[in-house]
Amino acid sequence: MAVNMNAAPKLTPAETALVEAFAEKVADLPGDPGMMLLRDRAVETIRAGLPTRRVESWHYTDLRRLLTDVPAAHAAVTAKATAPLVAGSTVVLATAGAAGKLPKVDGARIERLATQLLAGELTERLAPKGADDAVGAINAAFVADGVSVTIEPEVVLAAPVELQNIHVGGQVHGRLSVSVGQGAKAIFVERQTGAGAALVSSVAELEVADEAEATWIIVQEQPETTTHLAQLNATIGKNAKLTVFLMNTGGRLVRQELRIVAAGENCEFTLRGVNLLTGSTHTDVTMVLDHAAFGATSTEIIRNVVLGKAQGVFQGQIRVAREAQKTDAKMACNTLLLSDEGEFSIKPELEIFADDVACGHGATVAEIDRNHLFYLMARGIPEKEARGLLVKAFLAEVIEELGDEALVEPLEARLDAWFGANG
Amino acid sequence: MLEIKNLHARIAEDGTEIIRGLNLTVKAGEVAAIMGPNGSGKSTLSYILAGREDYEVTEGDILFNGESILEMDPAERAAKGIFLAFQYPMEIPGVATMEFLKVALNSQRKQRGEEPLKVADLLARVKKAAGELQMDMGMLKRPLNVGFSGGEKKRAEILQMKLLEPKLCVLDETDSGLDIDALKIVADGVNALRSPDRAMVVITHYQRLLDYIVPDSVHVLYKGQVVKSGDKTLAHTLEAEGYAGVLGEAA
Repeated sequence: MAVNMNAAPKLTPAETALVEAFAEKVADLPGDPGMMLLRDRAVETIRAGLPTRRVESWHYTDLRRLLTDVPAAHAAVTAKATAPLVAGSTVVLATAGAAGKLPKVDGARIERLATQLLAGELTERLAPKGADDAVGAINAAFVADGVSVTIEPEVVLAAPVELQNIHVGGQVHGRLSVSVGQGAKAIFVERQTGAGAALVSSVAELEVADEAEATWIIVQEQPETTTHLAQLNATIGKNAKLTVFLMNTGGRLVRQELRIVAAGENCEFTLRGVNLLTGSTHTDVTMVLDHAAFGATSTEIIRNVVLGKAQGVFQGQIRVAREAQKTDAKMACNTLLLSDEGEFSIKPELEIFADDVACGHGATVAEIDRNHLFYLMARGIPEKEARGLLVKAFLAEVIEELGDEALVEPLEARLDAWFGANG
Repeated sequence: MLEIKNLHARIAEDGTEIIRGLNLTVKAGEVAAIMGPNGSGKSTLSYILAGREDYEVTEGDILFNGESILEMDPAERAAKGIFLAFQYPMEIPGVATMEFLKVALNSQRKQRGEEPLKVADLLARVKKAAGELQMDMGMLKRPLNVGFSGGEKKRAEILQMKLLEPKLCVLDETDSGLDIDALKIVADGVNALRSPDRAMVVITHYQRLLDYIVPDSVHVLYKGQVVKSGDKTLAHTLEAEGYAGVLGEAA
């Protein structure tokens, strides 16, 4: 690509901070020469400018404009694990991206990623996925550690594995690498939280092998001073099932990307998400779902509640390959706009190259249904409480689809806590 | 108990006047039937009693036990003891019926300064009331009215009425969509609530319901006014002669 160096834009304070942080840290970052080359290339893409609204996949989230500052990097610290979402879970703690003491679980291998990074074993997987993959580039440049979990074939994990990434401010780059072996069954909770202003990049790789069944629950509860840039890259094998549940309740600037490949025949993908947005925050959920094989089924439902001046975005792209006949894909995004100053932008996209498929999408933006409100009030429920009940119902509907009470109850409790603090 | 005096009301959105000088008094212990042709303002009257914002009272007053209710919102009216059994009960996805019953009961109790019900007590009450209405408890685990048949929705309304023990029950076309067996069950439920300190306003288009819920008084509503009142025989006259006959006489 011919680039006129004179026309290169002046770096923003955030870009400058990232480039300088890299210069300071590079000597300490783990990696073989191949990995270090990858890091160099990644930082060059940051230097060339973070994506703006002119980049299609970032149209509603102008990262260059919205990422106004990057906090200084902190020295290594240790945070305490937080109580897991589901009692009895195996908690794997990473503080600011660095793995802590690792628990032992029968049928699973839990390891830290630093060694694999050092050996260059992860280089291929860390490569950013395309020129517009800013989240991948930032993560690849800086990531120094993380956690890998391997579930052996045919193992059914009794308790969820909760992967906690907890920060105490600063620059936080974490990585998760999880594989669920053939015929195995497991529940994972990705918990993203912390205290203080931080720039977090977190990339998770998930491989669900043939006949396996995985549930991946993302609970993002960052403080309102934190920028959270995250990515889940998942591949689903033949006859395998993956359910992703996403709950965004925090963060100042949030981009959660979901890049899913329905790679095996007759696999099933389910995405349910709730975004609870308030204040002057900006939250973007961007999904790219590739239906690459015959007969796969997918459904996605995202529910949003917008208060204050919050801005929300959902981009959902479903690509159906020529060989993915009999694909059945349905996507919906429903928003309750409870403030005149809030906004939610929705961009559904279907790219279909097979001819025998059922694909659909729908989007609604509404206020609370006045008829419903009247009905509840006519039974003696005061207006504020009745509104709360209806908003919660709107969200609870998708949470309850998880079916498992052990998951539904604590997630609904998170809802209640959020409305207690923000309603 | 209920005094409606020279009530005028219009649709808030477009100003169409629906109620045009309506007068009606219902005493404690009385079951008053409101009959009238389509478009006479029957359902509007029920909504105005419950406090729906879509209607604007421009003149007159509604007194409940001597107190004007016009400034009260629907929840306050309900807590005072006014209950509307909807013609078309709302389906509310995501709100479990049991949870709704608990919140409604306890909200009313709280507004009246009473202690919340204990879960076991609530369950016992719901079980008893559901049994009397031949309702399956499994239904109550489902979201409120979602997927209920027309008859099930009407029973669920009466179930709520039994549990909330209102002082004034307004039943809007409770017979619509019911087959004869369901109608008998619902009517039995309503009759069981008749008491000297409770009043009922039964709104219906047809006389059929009044064979099962026998009214003390019958009032004919036409163009937003009560144009004729009488005892239960008026309902039979209406059935025999039609609204045209009776209204011709009134006009």
